[in-house]
Amino acid sequence: MSAAETDAPVLKGRGIPGWLPWFLKRLLSGLGAVLASSVIVFMATQALPSDPARVILGPEASEESIHLLQRQLGLDRPVAVQYADWLGRLLRGGLGHSLDSQVPVTDLISARFGNTLVLLGLVALFSIPLSLAIGVALALRRDSRLDRAAVTVLVLLKALPSFALAIGLISLLSTSVFSLLPAVSLLDPERSPLSQLQYLVLPTLTLVLSGLPYLTRLVRGSMIEALEAEYVTLARLRGVPERRVVWRHALPNALIPAIQGIALMLSVLFGGTLIVEVVFTYPGIGSTLNAAVQVRDLPVIQAVVLIVTAGVVAINLVADLLTVLLTPRLRTAGGVRLNVRRTRRVFRDAQNARLVKTHS
Amino acid sequence: MSALPSRDPVTAKAVLRVEGLRVELRDGSDVVSDIHFSVAAGEVVGLVGESGSGKTTIASALLAHARAGARIVGGSVWIDGTDLLALPAAELARWRGRRVSYVPQDPAMALSPVLRIGTQLHETLVVHEPALVRAARADRIAQTLRDVGLPSDDAFLRRFPHELSGGQQQRVLLALAFMLRPTLIVLDEPTTALDVTTQAKILETISALCRSHGVAAVYVSHDLAVVRHLADRVIVLYAGRIVEAASRDALFDAPAHPYSEGLLGAIPDVALRTSLRPIPGLAPAPQARPQGCAFAPRCRQRSTTCTERAPALSPSGDGQQVACWHPLTRRGAGRAVAAAVPTPVRDAVPALLEVDGIDAAYGPRQVLFGVSFSLQAGECLALVGESGSGKTTLARALAGLGDHAQGQVRYEGQDLPLNARERDAALRRQIQYVFQNPYRALNPRKTVGRIIGDAVHHFFDVDRAEGLRRAVLALQRVALPPETLALYPGDLSGGERQRVAIARALICEPRVLICDEVTSALDVSVQATVLELLGQLQREGLAILFVTHNLGVVRAVADRIVVLREGRIVEAGAADAVLDRPANLYTRTLVHDSPSLLRASRAPPQPLRAAS
Repeated sequence: MSAAETDAPVLKGRGIPGWLPWFLKRLLSGLGAVLASSVIVFMATQALPSDPARVILGPEASEESIHLLQRQLGLDRPVAVQYADWLGRLLRGGLGHSLDSQVPVTDLISARFGNTLVLLGLVALFSIPLSLAIGVALALRRDSRLDRAAVTVLVLLKALPSFALAIGLISLLSTSVFSLLPAVSLLDPERSPLSQLQYLVLPTLTLVLSGLPYLTRLVRGSMIEALEAEYVTLARLRGVPERRVVWRHALPNALIPAIQGIALMLSVLFGGTLIVEVVFTYPGIGSTLNAAVQVRDLPVIQAVVLIVTAGVVAINLVADLLTVLLTPRLRTAGGVRLNVRRTRRVFRDAQNARLVKTHS
Repeated sequence: MSALPSRDPVTAKAVLRVEGLRVELRDGSDVVSDIHFSVAAGEVVGLVGESGSGKTTIASALLAHARAGARIVGGSVWIDGTDLLALPAAELARWRGRRVSYVPQDPAMALSPVLRIGTQLHETLVVHEPALVRAARADRIAQTLRDVGLPSDDAFLRRFPHELSGGQQQRVLLALAFMLRPTLIVLDEPTTALDVTTQAKILETISALCRSHGVAAVYVSHDLAVVRHLADRVIVLYAGRIVEAASRDALFDAPAHPYSEGLLGAIPDVALRTSLRPIPGLAPAPQARPQGCAFAPRCRQRSTTCTERAPALSPSGDGQQVACWHPLTRRGAGRAVAAAVPTPVRDAVPALLEVDGIDAAYGPRQVLFGVSFSLQAGECLALVGESGSGKTTLARALAGLGDHAQGQVRYEGQDLPLNARERDAALRRQIQYVFQNPYRALNPRKTVGRIIGDAVHHFFDVDRAEGLRRAVLALQRVALPPETLALYPGDLSGGERQRVAIARALICEPRVLICDEVTSALDVSVQATVLELLGQLQREGLAILFVTHNLGVVRAVADRIVVLREGRIVEAGAADAVLDRPANLYTRTLVHDSPSLLRASRAPPQPLRAAS
């Protein structure tokens, strides 16, 4: 064979996977992002027009005692020193004490984060398989009457604000029509939320219903694109049965946009779902953050925002890793030509705005 | 009704018989209609036509498939005595891949990117021969891979499609198509996306496989030279109808249909500098076909009958069939016109553009190594090389798009920066670039008038009336009517768009025109028009740097040739000297592997050198 035909890259040894250097780099830059956001969080809370000492002592405190407390809290030191001090404590796991209740921040927010994670897990558990199943089914029946009707319903569902959906579900399932479920989520903090499933049904249902249209249409769209690809036509022309064409040739190529879409949805949900938490009085992280902002409880705000940032970075990292692992071209590229971030950015530009609007 | 008379003994052994095939678009207009032909066992039939002729539509209809938006509405496709168009879906799937298989045009798009080569080969066997155990399948796969000239070890089978070169991918597709020993294999321009050297090797493989396995083949192509090397019989399509069906020799020696003859006259040939004769006009779209013979508006010998009634395909001796009211007779036709045209002799004049030691690199990968040459006024210099040779990088650097390049270039004795931002307006105006793909080089939201007008007003301080006058003149030079100014690129055909792109360059009054594969996206009849135009401009004093991989085109237009290989010049000299007596081994391989109509030989060219 000529040189022209043998110039394809040679397989690397089985030692280190080609994507590992890329992943380590991404991990580092993720940590960098968290660090950078810690600076921003700290500076932003510094810029708030409030003085923790005044908050703690209340409006009637004398100037003198305020000054004393400021010195005790170290608030009179330069900002950089305060930041270094705060970061040092943070790295040792100390998130400080709430200014409002004097409870350690860790105790205050861990339960709330737990509740949010449980909700998030349940939403993922239902919306991922559902959106894949419905999206693929609609793509296979593209432009049929069923497909058109379903797309219309999905758009309508999408257009519905989540509080309206929540209130609608409450009136349907918890009041006069069917009195099946509790309207508010009075979780017993002593027990695991998973043992109190009756309180989780409505919040989960609301979030699944408001996230599903986006994911389903994403899967439907990328599946249609994959089914139109030439290699799918050629598999059919080789006599490969339709079922195999769909599951082995088309679906793996349609999954990548779906993974990025799911990551986006989970990132938003991880930041708390304030509206749903308010409607169902669900004790999640969104309402905690909201309450902390109202009373200028700086340590709580800082901790929550930082953890959410780290979580979002982690979710995206996992999604990018999955994307790379599912795309042989990226997996074998050895880090040089990995442009999964660009792929993601292009994808997000197109999809972003609507999802954020629905969930926050 | 078959293409051959029914008493012909060949018909009895026909493995494929197409009868009255008709494929329609949604609006009811037909893409192809009234298609009858048959293919005997072991026979290779070439299906030839330009874009829009319906050749790919027929090819996929042979597997009972129509692309989205089209529908097979009539006729039958008999393979081994079974009408594929009448089979239920499940039964059809058993025939596809086993009795009739398909090799597509673009190998890069044809293999599933997430499945390993081995997986895709095994899958095809599992589907059609579920009884085979894994070891037996592996044997069969290894055998087939050897047949198509690929390694069959595990490391190769574990590769993903993107880890193969284009030639290797196409060989994998050949393996998939031949593995089950089908009765018929449909090859849809399988070498169009490949370099000439790779193409020659693939063609050789196809020809050997068909011969050794006795497989009948339908070979779809726009390239008559390739078809001549491969086919026993040729079917010429125009506007969705068969206009001529003949044995290979009959078609190439004595075409009976004026379109076949025109097509042959429009092809530039690597072996001889001939005067190209473009076919005037354009092929009609399915919705806009004229009454009567569809070719009549472009035909030199049309009569009133032609515009009134469509001619039917009828025998014209020797098994040749033609759909024409005035078929060419044996004496008047043929390629007698393919006489050599002398290359104009030019005096030595000082070089207009001197390129001295250009290097270029993309990151750590160097693509050009100290390339030097010169270009005179009124000269056409061809920059020749296969994909990856660095020819486009070089052309872009000269045009001022050379972010990756460094080196010295002198224009009229003055230093020429490789970055257009550092050139003054006069320099930018004098060196113009025409891009490869006319479908992407024009802004689809601007009218032709705006596209050309913007260029005028950018370089010249003229009022609107003068700008308009110059735009009309520029269109005239590329043989487009003034009405074109009001049209959008979407209203124009590929050839017209390329002429608009050239007009946009010409209105700047350039002295150097850099043409990057300007005809590779065009049909041969249109290509001839564009090449003729470039020749005209050159005679008017324009210096042209013509970047291409097509040596036939080079022979038709170039005065001198520079051959690039992997970023280095391997040979340079007068066009005829280089093409007739290539000194460098690589150049010799390129010339040798370029398909030629005139260098008549039955067998595909054998590789010159031993396998490396």
